[in-house]
Amino acid sequence: MRFAVLVEVRPREGIANPEGATIQRAVAGLGYEGVSGVRVGKAIRFHLDAPDEAAARAQVEELCRRFLTNPVIEDADVSLEAEAGAGQRA
Amino acid sequence: MKTAGIVVFPGSNCEHDVAEALAVVGMGSTMVWHGDQRLGGVDAVVLPGGFAHGDYLRPGAIARFSPVMAAVEEFARAGGPVIGICNGFQVLTEAGLLPGALRQNRGLKFLCTEVKTRVDSARSALTCGVATGTVLTLPINHFSGAYSCPPDTLAELRAEDRIVLRYVDNPNGSVDDIAGICSSTGNVVGLMPHPERACDPLGLQDGVRLWASLAATVAGAGADAAPASHRG
Repeated sequence: MRFAVLVEVRPREGIANPEGATIQRAVAGLGYEGVSGVRVGKAIRFHLDAPDEAAARAQVEELCRRFLTNPVIEDADVSLEAEAGAGQRA
Repeated sequence: MKTAGIVVFPGSNCEHDVAEALAVVGMGSTMVWHGDQRLGGVDAVVLPGGFAHGDYLRPGAIARFSPVMAAVEEFARAGGPVIGICNGFQVLTEAGLLPGALRQNRGLKFLCTEVKTRVDSARSALTCGVATGTVLTLPINHFSGAYSCPPDTLAELRAEDRIVLRYVDNPNGSVDDIAGICSSTGNVVGLMPHPERACDPLGLQDGVRLWASLAATVAGAGADAAPASHRG
């Protein structure tokens, strides 16, 4: 099966995020009220061929732990979606 | 002559400055390509500054998986001196050879300036010849240099006297003003300032004192400075 994978990497709670803080100040400067807790991370998308969803998730989580995130300062959310008709594609 | 292996990643840019600085204290050097599996017979290893692999993903995140890093880890575990400067420090934290992480500077500013730093521990391979409390003026040149670690790691670093260098006036938001740390064994050292750029009579010269410490370490002031298996 082929899965569309989205890994959202974000700074851990309590880790300063100057980019988010700057955006939040700019948003307030534009006159928008009530915006708080702005945090900037990054999104990594890729395709993954795996036997099933559990195997795919396990592999992505290992990848996050070893490489895609630095667990000292970052967390990740993983989303997986089976791609339709993936079996026929090269 | 004692020789340091300077690891060159795609994007390293301080390797020749390091070679010049080592020459000032009477050490030889040899460039080691990141794709090599072996270090050869070196007495110390330096991971120089730069932008290995374009700093993509995170600084050091890709470099830490370079083939040569297995040999660097083995050399470090055997007690050999391993010095990571700036990007090299980032590689060492990503590789888990030093704890913590370097995150983006406070205020998202790329810093290129001279700073005063204070030697706070003389138990590392790079500071053993400098009295604690000595203030050294060194250049910094980084975007992700704010040292960060969990509270228990910070407590451990303090308790084991592993914070070797602190900023006198914190420029980047580093936890506890940390500019450099060492491993519990003292042989692995990471720092954000560039001592190799402070070794010329026409400019700053305080870096020489740190390199002289490394030279003393490999000369045998520390008997286990270079593991036998990596000699010759």
